Amino acid sequence: MSKHAFTHLDALESESIHIMREVAAECKNPALLFSGGKDSIVMLRLAEKAFRPAKFPFPLVHIDTEHNFPEVIACRDKLAADLGERLIVRSLEDSIARGTIVIKDESKPRNPYQSVTLLETIAEFGFDACMGGARRDEEKARAKERIFSFRDEFGQWDPKNQRPELWDTYNTRVNNGENIRVFPISNWTETDIWEYIGREKLHIPEIYFAHEREVIRRGGNVIPVSHLVQPKPGEQVEVVSVRFRTVGDMTCTAPVESTARTVQEIIEETASTRITERGATRMDDQTSEASMELRKKEGYF
Amino acid sequence: MSNTTQLLRFITAGSVDDGKSTLIGRLLHDSKSIFEDQFSAISKTSEKRGMAAVDLSLLTDGLQAEREQGITIDVAYRYFATPKRKFIIGDTPGHEQYTRNMVTAASTANLVVILVDARKGVLTQTKRHSYLASLLGVPHVVLAVNKMDMVDYSKQRFEEIVGEYKAFAAQLNLHDVHCIPLSALNGDMVVDRGDNLDWYIGQPLLELLETIAIDRDVNTSDFRFPVQWVCRPQTEEYHDFRGFAGRIEAGEVSVGDEVTVLPSGRTSRVKEIVTYDGNLQTAFAPQSVTLTLEDEIDISRGDMLVRSSAHPPRVEKEFEATLCWLSEAPLDKGRKYLVKHTTRTAKCLFSRIDYRVDVNTLEQHAVEKLNMNDIARVALKIQQPLVFDSYEIDRATGSFIVIDEATNNTVAAGMIA
Repeated sequence: MSKHAFTHLDALESESIHIMREVAAECKNPALLFSGGKDSIVMLRLAEKAFRPAKFPFPLVHIDTEHNFPEVIACRDKLAADLGERLIVRSLEDSIARGTIVIKDESKPRNPYQSVTLLETIAEFGFDACMGGARRDEEKARAKERIFSFRDEFGQWDPKNQRPELWDTYNTRVNNGENIRVFPISNWTETDIWEYIGREKLHIPEIYFAHEREVIRRGGNVIPVSHLVQPKPGEQVEVVSVRFRTVGDMTCTAPVESTARTVQEIIEETASTRITERGATRMDDQTSEASMELRKKEGYF
Repeated sequence: MSNTTQLLRFITAGSVDDGKSTLIGRLLHDSKSIFEDQFSAISKTSEKRGMAAVDLSLLTDGLQAEREQGITIDVAYRYFATPKRKFIIGDTPGHEQYTRNMVTAASTANLVVILVDARKGVLTQTKRHSYLASLLGVPHVVLAVNKMDMVDYSKQRFEEIVGEYKAFAAQLNLHDVHCIPLSALNGDMVVDRGDNLDWYIGQPLLELLETIAIDRDVNTSDFRFPVQWVCRPQTEEYHDFRGFAGRIEAGEVSVGDEVTVLPSGRTSRVKEIVTYDGNLQTAFAPQSVTLTLEDEIDISRGDMLVRSSAHPPRVEKEFEATLCWLSEAPLDKGRKYLVKHTTRTAKCLFSRIDYRVDVNTLEQHAVEKLNMNDIARVALKIQQPLVFDSYEIDRATGSFIVIDEATNNTVAAGMIA
């Protein structure tokens, strides 16, 4: 590699590796949050680049809403097994059984409850740092969050009282019972992620690529039909060529109409799209201008 | 985007009144980096506030508290790309009490855009922003003379402001200053040239951001490698593997180079440069790699590898630095703090506060304590030696943060003299 060929992806990759190594070196008991989605698959490749030929100095952790697409869960399990890394899965069902989560409507998104199980899992294992694949271009509350984001003993984020973050000298210190969330791909955009998936030839769940799917149209969104979402009287089921830009809770993750069947076609589509990733696909973020900010304050990623 | 797209980090400094948010909105809008749902959200808000046109400055409003109060309270990072470059904007508020935010955003920037209002010219805050850019060693400065539409696009007015600014900038450590007349409101000289500034023959802002040379922004001569993490797989296959993982902060290194481990002073040769994508013959800043050495010597996190023949860094327990105090709790000279410098964290004491710099006048004042947003020359004593260069030579090995052990807060940023 020559100096002149050091691209924006090389710069972002090196920054992310540097962040992960700081976590491994300075935090007592870190974890990497891994869902099987595209951003967390990029995180795994970055962890391989940071730590191979050694094993990862932390486990992978997934907080399963049980509302996930089966293709994503299959991909999650295969990737963890192929890498030979330890995967810890904790389910919202565990919290429901304990009574710490009470579900009022089964057909509603479970994202708001994820924070509860996440905080319980952090307490169970005593994690002092959780790395996540959130990006600042996703949402305006994220745009203001630090790479090393301190959470108090209630797991809460205080946007007005964040630690200043200078150069790439990160303050990783916490007291017992507190933790930090670390976002190594903070500075990546959706396009960067796709370019990296293409460059690294990463295996991602099939539902990111265009496929025929039964959907219904509800309130301006295209919603996939599943055991959790059935047509209401008067709603038409259509078969449409779609792909998912994000793969969260099945009840609130909308696909976009698309014919992009390769990473290159997705990159081209992403470059010409006029709607943000979350705006297009996350109905839970459309409810108010501050939805994400409020969820984060309660302990969300 | 091609395979050779570079990354440029820049910040904007100026107040809301200078049209800073409008300028960023204009850059994003005219480079087609605004999405329809974002645009429809700010259209709705503009309408709600009774504005006639869509207020592009709303694009940079982030948090609920800010939207309610119509202010910006912290550093926000925004992203856009053109076919030539990918950009990260650190957006900081311009009010006096937010020196710490500008210092934070400037610490990673290649370039700063300093906005002035063409009607008002060079103000105290323009000088403050320029001083901070100089202090933080931001390599390139763009003086954006905005609101040219309000002064009839006058060439004479522009030249007056440029003359005054350059006279002031000559006192500072700014090496590469560019001045552009523009109107963010009308879009003149931001992305497109527009029809009103024909007398200006330089580049519009975006074109300058796309083409300015940034290869020399990192120190390319003196190899500096702070060890982050020791890689010991302890598997059958890699039984004896002992790799030193880190990021090259400056210079380059090749297999066979003689390296010195500091602070111990022992030497060895580079055996391999290991990466996930295969071993390299040569690696350079800012790559993250893993090095193995010919000899088994004791090396741990916090040590630094340097090339034996090059300029050696300093290895000392006492030094002077310029400090920016970031915390609401003032500096207490009687207390111990922690310094985190590269990958080493150690206890420290402030043995002297030489003077505080008034960021508006650059005058020096004797002081006993430091408050939030104060900039001062201080002397530090560290419990163990640090391996460093002066900040002017190397931003990575010449910078440090100060942590208050009682609260774990980051309370200051330091630049070694």
